[in-house]
Amino acid sequence: MSASHQPHQHDQDACRRYLGSLSEYADGTLSDELCQELEAHMAACENCRIVVNTFTKTVSLYRQIPAPEMPSAVKERLYKVLRLEAYIPTKPNAPDQPGQ
Amino acid sequence: MPMSHSPDAELVARLQAGDQLAYAQLVEENAGEIYRLALRMMGNETDAEDVLQETFLSAFRSIDRFEARSSLSTWLYRIASNAALMRLRRKEPEQVSVDEPLERDDGEMIPRQFFDFCCLPEDDLLRDEARAEMMRAVEELPATLRSVFVLRDIEGLSTEETAEALDLSISAVKSRLMRARLKLREQLSVYFSQGPLISETE
Repeated sequence: MSASHQPHQHDQDACRRYLGSLSEYADGTLSDELCQELEAHMAACENCRIVVNTFTKTVSLYRQIPAPEMPSAVKERLYKVLRLEAYIPTKPNAPDQPGQ
Repeated sequence: MPMSHSPDAELVARLQAGDQLAYAQLVEENAGEIYRLALRMMGNETDAEDVLQETFLSAFRSIDRFEARSSLSTWLYRIASNAALMRLRRKEPEQVSVDEPLERDDGEMIPRQFFDFCCLPEDDLLRDEARAEMMRAVEELPATLRSVFVLRDIEGLSTEETAEALDLSISAVKSRLMRARLKLREQLSVYFSQGPLISETE
């Protein structure tokens, strides 16, 4: 485990200031200038490097989660409640196969 | 945007004229997304189904008042988010305060976990158990942060659409998203630092 809990050599105000830019950095919307500043800071501050990288990774991991399908029984009940039974779409030759 | 230029305009006109086929089309095109939002917000299938049904019943009742200030899908997200938050408020009133302060600088944003899980093999990061843990972490977020995170990062809405759907300012969306992401990063750091858990029952 690479936990490093030693205090930073420089002031923590800088780290806190960069914290505010994390979301924009992860979304790729941070200005080039601030990106360079943040990356220079990361090169000198291991904790910030880890936080930035794991923050960005967290966002990307959530984006990779496959969307769950709505079960066909739920869909059928919805159409019934809405009195649209007559319009329930029938999938051509597609029996319910979980995971597809 | 004038309604005549909206891609939804024709469908809206048919909906407002009471065309049953248009109702079915609205459901067919949006039910999947609304169900996913409801499932992520509520954390269980029964409540998610209730929110789903409530959303479309409410949309059908109020379609006459739809003014095309947003897209139909953002409008549906808005109805669904409200329905989900109302239910959560009844279930966990202490978690869903209506007038929660936008930003509390009480140290909740300060990172505490410094385990670099980026270097773990993708297989460990993407396994089913890790994904279940990730969804559990979302369910543990306060509902006001969860709604922003689910719409923005899981459903992929833009910041503007999320703000519209939740009736929040852009800056409130950004600040809540930031807090949600930081909390999730902490949770995932703790989880992944424990190493891949080999199932002991096997």
